[in-house]
Amino acid sequence: MAKDTPPRWDRRMQQRLARGEAAALGELYDRFASLVHGLAQRVLEDDEAADRVTREVFGHVWEHPDTYDPKQGSLRAWVAKLTRRIAVRHLRQAEAKAYEATGEGTEEELEGKILQAAAAARADYIMRSMPAPLWNALELAYVQRRSYRQAAEDLGVTEDEARRRLRLGLQLLSTANTRAVDGARPPGNGQPL
Amino acid sequence: MLASLLGAWALSACSAEETALVEAHLTECGACADEALRLRDAVGLLHSERTLDLDPMLRARVLESCLGRRPARVPVPDWAAPYDAEAARLDALLRDFGDAEWHAPVRLKWFQEERSARRRTTVAGVIGHLMTVDGLVVGALGLDDPLGADAPADPTERTEIYWGATTEPPTRAVHGPWRDQSHTLIRTVSFAGRGVADLSVSYGDQFALPLRDALLDRAFECWIHGSDIAEAVHYPYAPPCGAHLHRMIDLAVRLLPSALAARRRGGLAGPARDLVAAGSPGRSLRLDVEGPGGGEWFVALDSPAAIGCRERSVAEVALDGVEFCQLVAGHIPPEEAAAGQDGDREAIRDVLYAAAAMSRL
Repeated sequence: MAKDTPPRWDRRMQQRLARGEAAALGELYDRFASLVHGLAQRVLEDDEAADRVTREVFGHVWEHPDTYDPKQGSLRAWVAKLTRRIAVRHLRQAEAKAYEATGEGTEEELEGKILQAAAAARADYIMRSMPAPLWNALELAYVQRRSYRQAAEDLGVTEDEARRRLRLGLQLLSTANTRAVDGARPPGNGQPL
Repeated sequence: MLASLLGAWALSACSAEETALVEAHLTECGACADEALRLRDAVGLLHSERTLDLDPMLRARVLESCLGRRPARVPVPDWAAPYDAEAARLDALLRDFGDAEWHAPVRLKWFQEERSARRRTTVAGVIGHLMTVDGLVVGALGLDDPLGADAPADPTERTEIYWGATTEPPTRAVHGPWRDQSHTLIRTVSFAGRGVADLSVSYGDQFALPLRDALLDRAFECWIHGSDIAEAVHYPYAPPCGAHLHRMIDLAVRLLPSALAARRRGGLAGPARDLVAAGSPGRSLRLDVEGPGGGEWFVALDSPAAIGCRERSVAEVALDGVEFCQLVAGHIPPEEAAAGQDGDREAIRDVLYAAAAMSRL
């Protein structure tokens, strides 16, 4: 599972971007492109739309590196949040366009869809970031349909431990559903980026 | 006790008896029922499909769009772009590799002593090889050579030293240092100013390239070995974009007359037929490279000092750009290369063999 870069790396990257160093932009892309594209893909379920979001996210970071505040958390978490916002905005626009064209769907359905997409993107980020032992246990149970006893054997841990990891992993993942939705329509005239 | 089963229950990963026990418990325990609901919802958020591999060409498009919005104050020099792109492409391929892939056997292939030479290593061994030879460029820039200050300049010797340094085979631990070094290289040449492009990088044995060409050569090796790795683990790996491929072909063509002269000195190529004054048009071979990155080149046959030209062309070879690169990498034997041949047969043979002889471990 991908981990946060060290705070020193984050601060230094921010300084290099602010200085206008193209090599830093390349490194930023190499580090975060698969995260950004993956999250955008999860929200929009469309490869080309995810490409556009990727372009916009890196464009924003490159143009406004100063909007990242290292005190608020890691650069990786900030980039993920930015991606969710931009991807959700793209989804909202695409859905509004589809509504205009077909007249199908209601405001509630749209909001429901957007809530769902934002939660999916948060879940994606949580999955990518959770400790490997938890993820490995979840993967065995969910993807490979192993029982917790088989998973315990596969992982070389006790059955108690396998149960604990599955529960803890799902508890972490469930926070994706309960947190305030950062893609929801903000008061006023738009989402500040 | 039953609460500890909630995760396994939500994932349908416990026995039928346990499931029944948990479900009976949920009807009488509100706290557990709440959690059960939350965990079941969380299962709905899991998804198993692997994220699709990113289109490797997206990187160039994204960076270009960024730089269009805000021009770089410290740009990456244009001549370093192929190396930047190829290192990033290989890095992306390596990123999802597990231990099995890192230790997968790779057979390196090149052309030596008039025949195909092979050497077995692993994916991690190949990355170590790339890192130690990139180290030549790193050293020329005054940065720390990964093999130390006294390391030899010959790429093969360097690789042997690296591979021989430990009894344990290299592991995935080599990924980070290789990538860090390639990032450092890009960053250093970005800050170094214009003159650095002509800085001489020695490969030992009286062979040297200006930095701009050395880095292009490293981009070429990065692609070739990237495709060796991809083949070993059965992944697809596309050639570089046409513009970069064109530059790689151009470099190989520029080096051909010297390679040909070296073979002539060793008695491996026919004699010079017509020596002309330096800088004058000499007998040439027309190379027609097809496909993306292709073009037309004229290779001077009798001396590296002569200039290749259409008027004095005595032979013609036509082949695909990727095929030409595989010839230069020693992956295709010279007698099997070139779809179209026309004219002086000795000239054709000498050029194809000289191209293959430029390959090395």
